[in-house]
Amino acid sequence: MDSRVLQEFREIVGKRRLISSPEELRTYECDGLTNFRAMPLAVLLPSSAEEVQAIVKICHRERIPFVARGSGTGLSGGALPVENGIVISLARMNRILEVDVPNARVTVEPGVINLEVSGRVQAQEYFYAPDPSSQSVCSIGGNVAENSGGAHCLKYGFTTTHVLGLEVVLPDGSLVHLGGKALDAPGYDLAGVFVGSEGTLGIATKIVLRIVKQPECVRTLLAAFPGTNEAGAAVSDIIAAGMLPAAIEMMDNLAIQAAEAAVHPNYPDCGGLLLVELDGPVAEVEALMRSVEVLCRKNGAWEIRLAHSEQERMLVWKGRKAAFAAMGRISPNYIVQDGVIPRTTLPQVMSEIERLSQEAGLRVANVFHAGDGNLHPLVLYDRQIPGQEQAAEALSYRILELCLAAGGSITGEHGVGEEKKHMMPKMFSEPDLATMQRVRCAFDPLLLSNPTKVFPTPRLCGEKPGKYAEHPLEQAGIAERF
Amino acid sequence: MLGTKSIREEFAAIVGGANLRGGAAEDAVCGVVPQLVLEPEHEGQVAKALACANSAGLSVIPRGGGTKLDWGNPPRSADLIFSTARLNRVLEHASADLTVTVEAGCTLQSLETALARHGQRLAFDGLWPERATVGGVLSTNDSGALRLRFGSLRDLILGVTLALPDGTLASSGGKVVKNVAGYDLPKLATGALGTLGIITRAVFRLHPLPWGAKTLSFGAPTAERMQRHILEIQDSKLAHTALQIHCATGSEPRADLLVEGTDAGLSAQESELRKILAATPVQATSHLAWNAREQLASFLPESAAFLKISFLPAVWTDLVRLLRATETAEKLNWRGIFQAIGIGWLRFEGGHRELLGAIDQLRSELERRGGSVVVLRRPPGLSSLDAWGNPGDALPLMRAMKLRLDAKSTLNPGRFVGGI
Repeated sequence: MDSRVLQEFREIVGKRRLISSPEELRTYECDGLTNFRAMPLAVLLPSSAEEVQAIVKICHRERIPFVARGSGTGLSGGALPVENGIVISLARMNRILEVDVPNARVTVEPGVINLEVSGRVQAQEYFYAPDPSSQSVCSIGGNVAENSGGAHCLKYGFTTTHVLGLEVVLPDGSLVHLGGKALDAPGYDLAGVFVGSEGTLGIATKIVLRIVKQPECVRTLLAAFPGTNEAGAAVSDIIAAGMLPAAIEMMDNLAIQAAEAAVHPNYPDCGGLLLVELDGPVAEVEALMRSVEVLCRKNGAWEIRLAHSEQERMLVWKGRKAAFAAMGRISPNYIVQDGVIPRTTLPQVMSEIERLSQEAGLRVANVFHAGDGNLHPLVLYDRQIPGQEQAAEALSYRILELCLAAGGSITGEHGVGEEKKHMMPKMFSEPDLATMQRVRCAFDPLLLSNPTKVFPTPRLCGEKPGKYAEHPLEQAGIAERF
Repeated sequence: MLGTKSIREEFAAIVGGANLRGGAAEDAVCGVVPQLVLEPEHEGQVAKALACANSAGLSVIPRGGGTKLDWGNPPRSADLIFSTARLNRVLEHASADLTVTVEAGCTLQSLETALARHGQRLAFDGLWPERATVGGVLSTNDSGALRLRFGSLRDLILGVTLALPDGTLASSGGKVVKNVAGYDLPKLATGALGTLGIITRAVFRLHPLPWGAKTLSFGAPTAERMQRHILEIQDSKLAHTALQIHCATGSEPRADLLVEGTDAGLSAQESELRKILAATPVQATSHLAWNAREQLASFLPESAAFLKISFLPAVWTDLVRLLRATETAEKLNWRGIFQAIGIGWLRFEGGHRELLGAIDQLRSELERRGGSVVVLRRPPGLSSLDAWGNPGDALPLMRAMKLRLDAKSTLNPGRFVGGI
């Protein structure tokens, strides 16, 4: 990078907050998706929206692409640096700015950790609902970029449901306010477009979040089934009975083994494990829990356990939330995927995955957000064995194609990022992608904000809103304008 | 001049001669009678006809049930109406997956009936459901009492297909409840008043119909006391579905609360509410209480304005204080339904000058606090009153979005914020 530009950056954030030495830059060469690495030209750590604006204005002037980064826990390579670009880390912007309990809103800077928000309002018995498994380390800004979910999004919704307003630095360095503390601001719901845009439309410097009152009670049930088909059937029955649990999670035997080895939740050793959580008023929850038990047994559950204390509940969840990391206990390496399928297609998708995994000679563990159809197949392999890594990657993409064929999506919560952009044309037609591209161009005509992510080929924003030209019919005097 | 044979023939070739007619008085949009009304039969025809209109430089007003056609500013021009009357099918109800794919011209009531067959619903209570369509409620972002528990339409929509002025049919989102692939265009289309594209179909997430429901009502002698009750309820562990406050000139506020669930759950919640409200009496009332918003919005007198207000819930009393001040100062009558989440619907009656003054004042006060006042229906003579108010510093970005998707301003020109 031009040393003059580097000096300008240094003047904005201060010498200590600009990283340019190769050894230090290494920390930023990837996010949670460690297979994809790239070195940025520099990493900047601003501490205010004004600093972010100043940085972006220089990038705009010099045509330097930039990638915003929160905690770097993303699983799709969203924070992967771009060639000849910089990384703007929001880690220093980590203040909770306002807590307004009567209006159930909390305003935060993007570097605030997800769990901190709930922590701040816990005393008043509120919580921040989106709970990705990485919530003790991931940032709100990152959650906004990915529209993060979590196990409880079946009932509570995703990040976008809980983001009411955003202060955003656009890729030209200007500052805008999208949405706000009050609802339904007149105009387009650009906040709704921004959430989940994976850092391609600008950088959020302030986020207004909605918080939710803790339910009166939470009851958690574990049910052991002979297999995932039976567990899936139980889920269908629960939904058909008109119940909407706060969370329904499913794990197959391989996932159970891994979890057991890692954190010893003492799960029953079964083919398919269901974790069902209901929350709400005590009387309602207790009535519904009884129905859930009946439906589980009806579908072949041979063991049912109710968590009787908060401790027991935490242990039940510990096993599920540690499932990915736990794979390390039973395999040297693994790839986690994030497909979504209509819930009713689970049995055939699972048997297809089984077939594909046998064909590839690789094991696949499955963890499933059974309520909303979000499947996390974990493809296990050993990098030391030549060819296995490629085979594992190929298998993980075949599974995503399977999800698409079943009418689902290539990503439920991890985002498209770098990893799955080549699959976008399999999910969306050319006109669909072109339309999304136009939306992108309204925000970022010069393609500077995380430009290589989400879409397979970065396309220049060609349309020129130019001078009005007379239509031939008008020229011929046949039609005229009103 | 529009209406020339060649243009008419082009449209007739696209939608069929029988689905094309001249505009009549009852088709008027804010007093402007369109030249032609088209009723395409499927979304392919919508896209083609829209492209044709766009090339010819003709303006298009999309129309569903026409129940909210005069929401927004008057159009700069209204050459054509594209009616979605024939795009009225429920395309797929995947009940086991809790999703439905439905064409934009389907009425809320038809959708409700179809979904109820499998014990499900779109958890949204819109105005005039016998006539209002899916596309119309999405485009206007209509908002009812169920929003407290289930969110607004933007939280219920999973996917959308839009016909763009260049003839593209663009889909975004999908058919599954959880999906973060690509940009969230369903959000962009919601509340956009049809100015970015014509919604041709939408996919929604569904909820089970409740086993039972109960409406409980209570009153308070002052707005301050009512506010305290509301805050206590919102801060409690009640899992109520809706909470609305009625208030008007010369009357004390009353509130209705809706609980849904099993019998055991309903009685428990009722006891809990009584405990929270302590000395204030609580009555069980009819489910008809939830028609109040529609009653307020219907049969508006000539001299009345109808507003949608957004305010921070904890300062509802300030809003009431402002309204009470207009009673005395401007001699106006007002009546409102306020949702505990911070959305209010207000009927405002009085002389033109007084109304204008009061609405201006209300708007600047609310905007100062981050809220908004949208004038949905203004009495004749107040046509210069901007429907939307100040859209804030994102207006240039909104204009850029409009330019990208509808460069020639074919759709609903001039009707949206900032003259978009």
